Amino acid sequence: MAEVTMKVNGKAVTKSVKGNTLMTDFLRDELRLTGTHVGCDTSQCGACNIHVNGSLVKACTMFAAEADGAEVSTIEGQSAADGTLNVIQQAFQDHHGLQCGFCTPGMVMAAASLLKENPKPSEAEVRDYLEGNICRCTGYHNIVKAILAASGQDVSAIAAE
Amino acid sequence: MYSFDMVRPTSVADAVSALGQEEAQALSGGQTLIPTLKQRLASPSVLVSLTGIAEMQGVCREDSGDLAIGGGTTHATVAAEAASIYPALAKLAGGIGDPAVRNRGTIGGSLANNDPSACYPAAALGSGATIVTNTREIAADDYFQGMFTTALEEGEIITSVRFPVPEAAGYAKFEQPASRFALTAVYVAKYADGVRVAVTGASENGVFRWTEAEAALSSNFSPDAVAGLSLSGDDMISDLHGTGAYRAHLVGVMTKRAVAAAG
Ligand SMILES: Cc1cc2nc3c(=O)[nH]c(=O)nc-3n(C[C@H](O)[C@H](O)[C@H](O)COP(=O)(O)OP(=O)(O)OC[C@H]3O[C@@H](n4cnc5c(N)ncnc54)[C@H](O)[C@@H]3O)c2cc1C
Ligand code: FES
Ligand code: FES
Repeated sequence: MAEVTMKVNGKAVTKSVKGNTLMTDFLRDELRLTGTHVGCDTSQCGACNIHVNGSLVKACTMFAAEADGAEVSTIEGQSAADGTLNVIQQAFQDHHGLQCGFCTPGMVMAAASLLKENPKPSEAEVRDYLEGNICRCTGYHNIVKAILAASGQDVSAIAAE
Repeated sequence: MYSFDMVRPTSVADAVSALGQEEAQALSGGQTLIPTLKQRLASPSVLVSLTGIAEMQGVCREDSGDLAIGGGTTHATVAAEAASIYPALAKLAGGIGDPAVRNRGTIGGSLANNDPSACYPAAALGSGATIVTNTREIAADDYFQGMFTTALEEGEIITSVRFPVPEAAGYAKFEQPASRFALTAVYVAKYADGVRVAVTGASENGVFRWTEAEAALSSNFSPDAVAGLSLSGDDMISDLHGTGAYRAHLVGVMTKRAVAAAG
């Protein structure tokens, strides 16, 4: 066991963890932040995407001990304290970017990191960036549309395919 | 996963001594090792994380003109910071996996692992790079020794990789659509003393140089120069994604595309 200290969604936490505790297990089981989903547990689906020191990572493929000293943000930190959705979350709702919602936390975290790097992405750039995110419901079109809308681009001409 | 302890040294010297413990193993980005641990295909007693070692981070141009990349540098950092010095290499790094994989996976981890379908081995062999470890320097031609096999000794750490910067270079990757690894990919680099061509994803023996194509391209650096050349599919990987003959054909196609991309 080793002690780790990190900031999660702006709040400092200190806990003892085992060497082999994955970041997903730390967030979900220790901190009870169950919005970070585990879809595949094999780095394929992106449902577990979080930000560590501002960069997108798959929490199922990182150990909690490696996040010692880091700033971590998860889906729980995306909306305002009163529950108001951020612009990306709101766009997913407005454009039907989710059905069952299982992939959505990872999609929103990926979208946030894309828009930080590239505030006005093209449709192709959005699709390319989502290479590591799998959705079994939507067929992706409305996810892409929601992200384009969240970037402030006009999506009225994009048909609901 | 089996249980293990984790240490996070901040210098190469401390990492080397930590790796001297019984059953110790290096952990870099974990994008290959963590899935391996989950499958219980490795059972280290201690993982020595290399990500906190400042001297193994970053991209810089040396006085010699070579590009040096720290062994712990992520694919995302290479994609961003090598772009102005060695664009073909930066583009290769930016095409590995997906953004989250690129934010964790490192050049040292990729070269140490030497997956037969990985991208960096093609760039290192195709550029005639030098693999620098805590004890020595290894020429790429001596480093790759068959799939998942390298010249590294137990506990040896790749601290940096040095790339001579070519006059022109290109990488053409035919992606395996699910994993984004190379089904077959070719790296071509043109230097004053000749052209090097390295092929990944194709051979049962891992990355290799296609010497006939090197000779042809050294006298005429254009896609047409390799038009008449072909390789046998007999020693190539055959799996559900493609037969050996299919991969052998792809080598020719990807070589032409890599030369076209190099311009
Ligand atoms: C979804 C997905 C898609 C991917 N797509 C691609 C792709 O398209 N192309 C591609 O090339 N790769 C791809 N990869 C692999 C990725 O590039 C890995 O990051 C890389 O192969 C391993 O690097 P790492 O830093 O994660 O190493 P780790 O997983 O931490 O380590 C791998 C091995 O190398 C050893 N090691 C690590 N660092 C060093 C060092 N400095 N010195 C000595 N030994 C060391 C470790 O002990 C371990 O045995 C993909 C991975 C995933 C999960
Ligand atoms: S659960 Fe992490 S990528 Fe699928
Ligand atoms: S909405 Fe169901 S998996 Fe994406």
